[in-house]
Amino acid sequence: MADEVILLDFWPSPFGMRVRIALAEKGIKYEYKEEDLRNKSPLLLQMNPIHKKIPVLVHNGKPICESLIQVQYIDEVWKGKASLLPSDPCARAQSRFWADYVDKKIYDLGRKIWMCKGEEQEASTKEFIECLKVLEAELGDRHYFGGSNLGYVDVVFVPFYTWFHAYEQCGNFSIEAECPKIIAWAKRCMQKESVSKSLPDHEKVYGFVLELKKKFGIE
Amino acid sequence: MAEEVKLFGACGSPFSSRIQVALKLKGISYEYIEEDLTNKSPLLLKYNPIHKKIPVLLHNGKSIVESLVILEYIDETWKANPILPEDPYDRATARFWAKYIDEKCVAAAGKAFWAKEKEREKAVEEAWDCLKTLEGALKDKKFAGGETLGLVDIAANFIAFWLRSFQEIFGVELLTEEKFPDLFKWSEEYVEHPIIKEYLPSRDELIVFLNKRLQNLK
Repeated sequence: MADEVILLDFWPSPFGMRVRIALAEKGIKYEYKEEDLRNKSPLLLQMNPIHKKIPVLVHNGKPICESLIQVQYIDEVWKGKASLLPSDPCARAQSRFWADYVDKKIYDLGRKIWMCKGEEQEASTKEFIECLKVLEAELGDRHYFGGSNLGYVDVVFVPFYTWFHAYEQCGNFSIEAECPKIIAWAKRCMQKESVSKSLPDHEKVYGFVLELKKKFGIE
Repeated sequence: MAEEVKLFGACGSPFSSRIQVALKLKGISYEYIEEDLTNKSPLLLKYNPIHKKIPVLLHNGKSIVESLVILEYIDETWKANPILPEDPYDRATARFWAKYIDEKCVAAAGKAFWAKEKEREKAVEEAWDCLKTLEGALKDKKFAGGETLGLVDIAANFIAFWLRSFQEIFGVELLTEEKFPDLFKWSEEYVEHPIIKEYLPSRDELIVFLNKRLQNLK
């Protein structure tokens, strides 16, 4: 019996992009359903009644919520191909730690960069760069966080690359100037079809951010 | 080669207690090192340079941090008495509820306890929403493993003991029998579990822990 896989998603969501990349890495066919977050579908509300958020992965009718959990689920169900987490428990723990670090820091700081102004924006930009530098140090000389292939941390972190342009424009700074190795890493990831096909164009994302700023009355 | 397992923890911390419960469950011998959170040791700062927090598990010289990450590491390294189920969907469900407890419930309870007078009512209502969701999960048998302790049971230590102790200390009613009868009953049974019980702080120890937290926040 063929697997039925549905992804409820929203095109600019970095969390949704993680799941798109993971599914593509594993070569899984799925139905993509775009959600209007101002008018959430009954399916979304039924499948994620607690958080009412995207992405939601529905596998043979059963929902899995939260992007990190979804990526791990995909890795565990479709074991044969393109392993995302390493097999060694210590290495797995390190991967989970860094995925958690990305989750705790990057989204919220990035959001503050485009939503805030003045001192708060400056402080967030400074902290954002510090976090990128920590990640840059962790990457070291490796091609990917996963080593010679894309791994869990790469999948979790690289979606934010398509938001970098928006952060830079809003915060008036250059990520490449501060963290060249991160940009080099992201460009390497983008050479993989699973990544390039899962990330929307960064100008489109910036346009989306400008619309949001207008809607919230932020200059 | 003998395994070297060390745990840097703090008496009074629910996150520290979780690891002790898991190690006991698996029958693992380890050295426990008590950290003074107002005066963190050089070793702690060396093994957790990014977050500078406990718990830190040290296994043959390698450090693992963040309690949920440590719990999964322990489960993958020592196979006796598994904490996570085998089925990927059940694992995803367990991870979801452990995350919900840490990211929503702990945060909401903290907000309610530390809230200023005018913000308190809203914070308490948000905490009640979380507890209502947990009550529903309990009814659907998403946690409360009964005889065996799973990831969610271990993570729920905060709800059963710390939340109930803090609500007495702070005088803020969150988990009451009237509002959440099933969750309340579960918490009463939970704190009597022999392994859980062994790693719960006394009331005095909890007060010392809270005072240190206050000191750090200033």
